[in-house]
Amino acid sequence: MSATSAATSDEPTFYLMEEDDHAGGHSSPTPLGFWIYLMSDALIFATLFATYGVLATAYAGGPTARELFDLPLVALNTAFLLVSSITYGMAMMDMHEGKTGGVRAWLAITALFGLAFVGVELYEFSHLMAEGATPQRSAFLSAFYTLVGTHGLHVTFGLIWIGVMLVQVGQRGLSVENRRRLTCLGMFWHLLDVVWIGVFTFVYLLGAVL
Amino acid sequence: MTAHDHSHPVAHEADHGSRRSYLIGFLLAAVLTAIPFWLAMSGVLEGRITAIVVTVLALVQIVVHTVFFLHVNTRSEGGWTLLTLVFTAIIVVIVILGSLWIMYHLHGNMMPMAPQPPPPPA
Repeated sequence: MSATSAATSDEPTFYLMEEDDHAGGHSSPTPLGFWIYLMSDALIFATLFATYGVLATAYAGGPTARELFDLPLVALNTAFLLVSSITYGMAMMDMHEGKTGGVRAWLAITALFGLAFVGVELYEFSHLMAEGATPQRSAFLSAFYTLVGTHGLHVTFGLIWIGVMLVQVGQRGLSVENRRRLTCLGMFWHLLDVVWIGVFTFVYLLGAVL
Repeated sequence: MTAHDHSHPVAHEADHGSRRSYLIGFLLAAVLTAIPFWLAMSGVLEGRITAIVVTVLALVQIVVHTVFFLHVNTRSEGGWTLLTLVFTAIIVVIVILGSLWIMYHLHGNMMPMAPQPPPPPA
């Protein structure tokens, strides 16, 4: 008896956060946990940006940033990723309105823009490597491929996730679980666009003007 | 905020915005992307000034994306998303600016020298 009351008197310490929920709903802790994961992912990119920043002029006699980067191509890719952010936002709006078909259509459109982004990036990489600007050429190019490639890999995994969600929404509709997953995928997708702002500014634009 | 009028089975603590806020964010982001690309490609300003303007616009665009697409505000998740974001931003700034600062000065102190014989063993 005393043990039970001791246990119940301990409980408020653990449930304080949920009792703060003035809406009274049973909200999932997953989105906040996923957000904290995304913040740790941002730290990975911070270290890669720092590495690139330090090595950005370590050309080792090889090609320089100004010679290599094709800004119109980067502008096109930036547009693809930015448009995919708004189309994902439209998918989220349809989700909150319960429109399953709309969610699937917007997800598919988002995936097409994401695919275009990865396709253009792979074309750019192959083009650079054909010119001899391989990751082995200089510390600048090693840091460049590591930073931009890590972002591209994230987008690729986001595309896989979108594919999985297309199947899951098709099979189970907009269930509580699928809404939660779509919310997390949305945060992931939008964060990749935020990281890309850093990439196109600090790698491509500053590389071209400095 | 009209977005909260929609009834759905899950009560969200997280703010999820509205079509209007997404469109406003998209338009702002498009302008904040177009200007730096135009500055860098046309070269109307001197290189160093372009670099400063482009950097400032990028920081503004990051805030726009965070507010309009990631819906970070003081109410979302009881303020925890904002708190973790601020913490992360501080670490990011320390890592990036700290690395650049230290390595810049190390670089200054280690100018390339003519090849020298290795120092005698101590």
